[in-house]
Amino acid sequence: MSKTLFDKVWDSHVVHHIENGPDVLFIDRHLVHEVTSPVAFLGLKNRGIKVLYPERTFATADHNTPTRNQHLPVKDKLSANQLKALEENAKAHDIPYWGLGHEKNGIVHVIGPENGITVPGATIVCGDSHTSTHGAFGAIAFGIGTSEVEMVLSTQCIMQPKPKSMRITINGELNNAVTPKDVALYIISQLTTSGATGYFVEYAGEVFRNMSMEGRMTVCNLSIEMGARGGMIAPDSATYEYIKGREYTPKDKDWDKAMEYWNTLYSDNDAAFHKEISFNASDIEPMITYGTNPGMGIGIQSGIPTAKAMDAGAATYQKSLAYMDFNEGEAMIGKPIDFVFLGSCTNGRIEDFRAFASIIKGRKKAENVTAWLVPGSHKVEEAIKAEGILDILNESGFELREPGCSACLAMNDDKIPAGKYAVSTSNRNFEGRQGPGARTLLASPLVAAAAAVTGKVTDPRELMELQEA
Amino acid sequence: MAYDKFSILTSSAVPLPIENVDTDQIIPARFLKATERKGFGDNLFRDWRYNSDNTPKEHFVLNNPIYSGKILVGGKNFGSGSSREHAAWAVYDYGFRCVVSSFFADIFRNNCLNIGVLPVQVSAEYLDKIFKAIEANPKTEIEVNLPEQRISILETGESESFAINDYKKQNMLNGFDDIDYLLNIKNDIQQFAQNTPL
Repeated sequence: MSKTLFDKVWDSHVVHHIENGPDVLFIDRHLVHEVTSPVAFLGLKNRGIKVLYPERTFATADHNTPTRNQHLPVKDKLSANQLKALEENAKAHDIPYWGLGHEKNGIVHVIGPENGITVPGATIVCGDSHTSTHGAFGAIAFGIGTSEVEMVLSTQCIMQPKPKSMRITINGELNNAVTPKDVALYIISQLTTSGATGYFVEYAGEVFRNMSMEGRMTVCNLSIEMGARGGMIAPDSATYEYIKGREYTPKDKDWDKAMEYWNTLYSDNDAAFHKEISFNASDIEPMITYGTNPGMGIGIQSGIPTAKAMDAGAATYQKSLAYMDFNEGEAMIGKPIDFVFLGSCTNGRIEDFRAFASIIKGRKKAENVTAWLVPGSHKVEEAIKAEGILDILNESGFELREPGCSACLAMNDDKIPAGKYAVSTSNRNFEGRQGPGARTLLASPLVAAAAAVTGKVTDPRELMELQEA
Repeated sequence: MAYDKFSILTSSAVPLPIENVDTDQIIPARFLKATERKGFGDNLFRDWRYNSDNTPKEHFVLNNPIYSGKILVGGKNFGSGSSREHAAWAVYDYGFRCVVSSFFADIFRNNCLNIGVLPVQVSAEYLDKIFKAIEANPKTEIEVNLPEQRISILETGESESFAINDYKKQNMLNGFDDIDYLLNIKNDIQQFAQNTPL
């Protein structure tokens, strides 16, 4: 029978199927962080059991960690407590723990691929919704709640009904300055934040084939923002080139054996999806959001839609614009901004810093802008230094922070103050997401860079043309 | 951990007719720093419920004494965003045992089911009827009957059936959780693990 890529990976991991109920799904890799795991470990303690497969479990600290002075004790008592709990739990259960200062430390979805934990055809979970990132490698990867973290720690399985399948195909060539982030924000703007709820998405077509692995990670990362459980892209030569030789990827005979499996990972020609959607690459412009969910995005040159044009309830829409202090019909271009945040599991990798640097090079940070540039991991930080990007940043008046989730969810001190506008490369513009009262404009690293040097919402193409001229 | 059994719940309800209520609203990230599962109800809808000086916002429904009950009724796409189970814990800890909406985000729905809060998905029309009934009479009683998979507005008699898979239904009725089930088949899982390619 013909199968989709998703079917192939899911079906090969089903330990048990319960009639009119969920599947018992075996999990190959479990990523653990400090915020969603302590209660799960407590559950194991109460049951008197140990982690079943510590060798399939990896722990890091990222969500609540400071992005400055990581060599000093963490000041916030509650955060320090969570970090201590994870360290102790990891030790008690023989799980590798990459805490603050460790060379492999970083955002959980950045370090998974970096260290070869993420491989094609695997099932990967983490108590974090952006686990969908790992789907870029042809893995089934999704976020779970703490009860499920406890399940995976204790039995390496979760129980979930199989989601429906959706394929999103984009062919054609992308316009200048349109990045993977823009592709994702465009899709979400078309589908809304609940448009893919209940589905697992496969991204297909020329645009994704031609995308780098880091770009694919950005796209898959944002799958959850349209409600999808996850998103995935069939592995190809780019995938194998990326993973080969990394610490945890299979070696030698194991690689050959894995490759036999990986070579089967594509959707069969006549495989049926529950839903098929396609877009044209040429319709996508550099994007920016104007509201309080990631579906409220527009091409940067467009005006804010009117309530009448929206599918969502008018009251909810107006509440959202009131929070942002924006009006229907206004242009986004030229709006003054206060903060720029480059980082997160969405856009905190080396290609994102390269893109940011390409715009700010030879320019100065705008005086009215506070910029927080936060690498996704120490390895990203090292690459920023090695490639000379740090020098470019410093010459333009920017400084680099230490790795972590930072202002994406503002659990640490990196909070955007109430009422201030932040152009942010992260993934959510919900009310208060980046700090109580903070106003977030989601965009690509190029748009963030253009805002950082002009102090307002600016089309990066204008600055790129000047550079070329 | 096992949780409370759920069979038939009859209660007044608290209306929150806003769409796309995300988990950052249900519980903001800065309140996720506990290492134990307690006290989350105090911060349920924190930034909608309290001003920055911690005084209550009068107009928010949880601060309005005429609304109370064990059922929370929310607009479409309830619980979108983060996977934080803390959102479901906050709903539970505040005293809700059931959330009604015309559409739920996946992970939030799962999280609720895993801790014994019943997510009841109804049609958009029926959701509207509930909001109207509560508007007309804030003490309107709603019955959520899990064995029969039916929700009813007692005053008007208007009712609708709702879906839940048999496995989860039995879990809710008996207060079982998935780990009990999984630990029971641990040998099968270990055998399966030996034959996985990765």
